[in-house]
Amino acid sequence: MNAHFLGDTTVLTGRSLRHILRSPDTIITTALMPIAMMLMFVYVFGGAIDTGQGAGAGNYVNYLLPGILLIAIASGVSYTAFRLFGDLQGGIFERFQAMPIARSSVLWAHVLTSLVANAVALIVVVGVALLMGFRTGANLFDWFAVTGVLLLFTLALTWIAVIPGLTAKTMDGAVAFSYPLIFLPFLSSAFVPTDSMPGPVRWFAENQPVTSIVNTIRDLFSGQTASADIWIALAWCVGVLVTAYAFAMVVYRRRIS
Amino acid sequence: MTPPAAATAVISMRGVLKSYGKLEVLRGVDLEVQRGSVFALLGSNGAGKTTVVKILSTLLKADAGTATVNGFDVSRQAGQVRQSISLTGQFAAVDDVLTGRENLILVAKLRHVDAPDAITDDLLARFQLTEAADRRASAYSGGMRRRLDIAMSLIGKPPVVFLDEPTTGLDPEARIEVWQTVKQLAQDGTTVLLTTQYLDEAEHLADRIAILHQGTIIAGGTLAELKQILPPAKVEYVEKQPTLEEIFLSLVGSNERNES
Repeated sequence: MNAHFLGDTTVLTGRSLRHILRSPDTIITTALMPIAMMLMFVYVFGGAIDTGQGAGAGNYVNYLLPGILLIAIASGVSYTAFRLFGDLQGGIFERFQAMPIARSSVLWAHVLTSLVANAVALIVVVGVALLMGFRTGANLFDWFAVTGVLLLFTLALTWIAVIPGLTAKTMDGAVAFSYPLIFLPFLSSAFVPTDSMPGPVRWFAENQPVTSIVNTIRDLFSGQTASADIWIALAWCVGVLVTAYAFAMVVYRRRIS
Repeated sequence: MTPPAAATAVISMRGVLKSYGKLEVLRGVDLEVQRGSVFALLGSNGAGKTTVVKILSTLLKADAGTATVNGFDVSRQAGQVRQSISLTGQFAAVDDVLTGRENLILVAKLRHVDAPDAITDDLLARFQLTEAADRRASAYSGGMRRRLDIAMSLIGKPPVVFLDEPTTGLDPEARIEVWQTVKQLAQDGTTVLLTTQYLDEAEHLADRIAILHQGTIIAGGTLAELKQILPPAKVEYVEKQPTLEEIFLSLVGSNERNES
């Protein structure tokens, strides 16, 4: 049956990409919320925020963009839970399960669709950031590295999203998991330097995954060689990915047996 | 060491048990369906009809007992069973965002058939969906959705088709359309196992009927055989009360009565 894995996954990915093309609002809303946040932070709070060069000094869009991109991903992956839950509700999931197709294709199709949809949303957000004055000294290799980190982060969060998509009882429950994920960047170095935070908050901020990922992307965008943060960031992403994938597969097997 | 009946039985279940937690849904189900026949599983809501269909279509595992479809064991040879069957679930499982044509092509590609486009055109015509082919399934009526659903099930010509309550929620016209489809399937030699809670549906369509009640088959056979189980007809005198229709007609006058 695995002989058909690639073919079946391609066919099913084509199906869910078509869903996105027919309701592009899922990409627009994924991009819109982070853009609104970026506008507010840059033009309302930005003048008062000290990123290390004195309040209001330096290019705050440059400082902010990595965190904004992660927020975009965290909200974007909830559509994977949404679409997966919809398939289960509508009965088409059962139809696929009773057909002679590669079993894991159904999940991989949703995951690949999430990568494509989030990539498009991120391109839109970066485009708006450029209009707002985002400038980068990144070379081609740095861009590749940034893309790789963002894809890995999307992949990890998407596999987390698969779990509520398969287990939720209601549509609201399926998408609610993403709220804490969206909140994580606020408790990190995404908006302000962590050394301005009080003790326990600072400790949390410095030891959670978003900070190392934000720092890595910020370094890469500024054209500096990435610090040790990149290895911590990669370790977090791979660790979350492997754990979420394993859990999702357990849940999936239970669901289809 | 297969029992002799298995030679002609395309679907067979022996001593199948299934519980959800403490709730016993199936308490030893035995059934046999001959190749090319229409078999109706009759029962009220909650009798376990859907559970039987789900076990036969590899979506659920039985706690005990054996079940084979087209000669393959549903738990050990699930892949081959899936090659042999098609399932039309209780609720029309079509993709609402896609058009009717796209739904059919999707299934055709997943079934790895040659020439998906030609098969799709053929099925659209056969199910009177050609005109609506390029509209989204979400815009279809209940009857059209069901026709599309069944059409999707016929791609790849599976020898066994399961229809779980195919007419529940349909208006009388759409119901008759589904009945015609089932009769046509039987003529083409497909084995059909359908579940229903409507007695007349089983009476109309099925070669053999089994009555599932509280997790076991309490009676089975042809319609004629089942009729013999009933106590012989007896004559009773009952006072005839006027029906609402008669009251209505006598109130609105005799003109309407003459017209009708």
